[in-house]
Amino acid sequence: MIKQISVFLENKSGRLIRIAQILGEAKINIRGLSIADTSDFGILRLIVDQPEKAVKELKDNDIMATLTDVIAIEVPDRPGGLAEVLVYLNKAGINIEYIYSLIDKPAQNAMIMMRVEQIDRALEVLENNNIPIVSSKRIYAF
Amino acid sequence: MIWNPYYEAIDREKLYTLQFLRLKQTLERVYQLVPFYRESFKQAGAEPGDIRSLDDLQKLPFTVKNDLRDNFPYGLFTVDLNEVVRIHSSSGTTGIPTVVGYTQKDLDTWAELMARTLTAGGATKESVVHIAYGYGLFTGGLGAHYGAEKIGATVVPISGGQTKRQVKMMKDLGTTLLACTPSYALFIAETMEEMDLSPKDLKLRSGVFGAEPWSENMRHVIEEKLQIDAYDIYGLSEIIGPGVSYECPAKAGLHLSEDHFIPEIIDSVTGKVLPEGEKGELVITTISKEALPMIRYRTRDITTLTSEPCACGRTHMRMKKVSGRTDDMLIIRGVNVFPSQIESILLEMGETEPHYQLVVDRVGSLDTLQVLVEVSEQMFSDHVRGLETLENKIRAEIDNLLGVTADVKLVEPKSIPRSEGKAQRVVDKRTL
Repeated sequence: MIKQISVFLENKSGRLIRIAQILGEAKINIRGLSIADTSDFGILRLIVDQPEKAVKELKDNDIMATLTDVIAIEVPDRPGGLAEVLVYLNKAGINIEYIYSLIDKPAQNAMIMMRVEQIDRALEVLENNNIPIVSSKRIYAF
Repeated sequence: MIWNPYYEAIDREKLYTLQFLRLKQTLERVYQLVPFYRESFKQAGAEPGDIRSLDDLQKLPFTVKNDLRDNFPYGLFTVDLNEVVRIHSSSGTTGIPTVVGYTQKDLDTWAELMARTLTAGGATKESVVHIAYGYGLFTGGLGAHYGAEKIGATVVPISGGQTKRQVKMMKDLGTTLLACTPSYALFIAETMEEMDLSPKDLKLRSGVFGAEPWSENMRHVIEEKLQIDAYDIYGLSEIIGPGVSYECPAKAGLHLSEDHFIPEIIDSVTGKVLPEGEKGELVITTISKEALPMIRYRTRDITTLTSEPCACGRTHMRMKKVSGRTDDMLIIRGVNVFPSQIESILLEMGETEPHYQLVVDRVGSLDTLQVLVEVSEQMFSDHVRGLETLENKIRAEIDNLLGVTADVKLVEPKSIPRSEGKAQRVVDKRTL
């Protein structure tokens, strides 16, 4: 399981810059990100190399941030690659709450981050179907 | 026109005698029948017998809104419930509403006061009076209604909402007088423009507007747009409802019906009575009410009083347009809102120390309320839907408890400016 940082963002200019600067100054490397937004606010989801430290730094700067468990998997970087994996989860009745991708440096495979309701069950299904699950170590230390 | 020249233009010496007699009767009544008053008088070291002149009224303690709440619902009534023929109510800050009651005689008094008010605003037997104040527990609608009927005017009890239909009715029925909140009067004017109607298409000649503060500037806009005379009226349910004071054609202050109420102006900090002409908090003692007399009730409204003669011939004191409040109450679309009410809603939703801000504005002619709530650890969820659900829930609670539609917006922690650690609760951008 990977610790993702979820950050509350108001939709106004300069918010994302500030977060990037705080993490940069704390020497925290951002590995991936995605934003879900409405007209008023957004939730910024970040994968970083030091999640606990990142949350602390953000909170010290009065930014609302929490840790969320997500799963990272590798999928073959070719047409249909993602679908193959999703079918297994669908069959097992596991709902994906959100999903986004990361760029993996030796880029044969795509790296997918996903948040599901039943995280342990999802891991089990993925393992049983030999989907490569990316360890937190690999993500953080990358 | 003066509805009741005998009382409205009474010689002030005669008035003082009448006031003193009625005050004595009221004091005896509450002292004997209401434990709350008996106790508070005793604590202040004053009994009804110690009140030997109108000036002695100062010896008695104040009554505040919380006293009504502490004695909810009927604790301050001086009559049995079978004598009470009507209840009105306003929403309360902690979920306990303020309940007021009327005997038949009280309703007659109220109708008399509103007859004076509407007559001063141009109503006669021939008038068609369109009452767009809300009917129901709010005193606006029914208060104006009975006053207009007493005059013998033709009453259209349309209440609020469906503004296009209201305009159409006014046009079709030949309405001559409009009674509503000043902001609704402006909204009606805008709706008329939208409908391509000019004031010439209507027979409207005047309006009596109250239940929320408004300025001279707004009067000019309303008068210009609707081509009418616009009069300010004042009242509060704790005292009786609308009709406590009202403007006459001189439009130089609101005559306060002193044969039924004794007004004082106090320094809201020290509680000391201020000399005539000085600005302070209006305090009212009712001297003719049966069900729920109020002794030295602090209205929290800021104004000044003058007994200078008025061009209209009425002799009752005039109060200036209310210029503010001594507490943090807001009036939004005619509804009283205290920041603490919003706070209690947030507390009930599990917030331990909610940081919030109310931003009140006027867009076009209608008040808007935006509630900013800082996202806390407990509230924050990784899901957009979760946060939106939270916003909707807060909005629904505010609507449910206060009857005001609010735009609820979650904001980042510490984004609401704080002074001395406390967030600034209210930003009122309205320029009235």
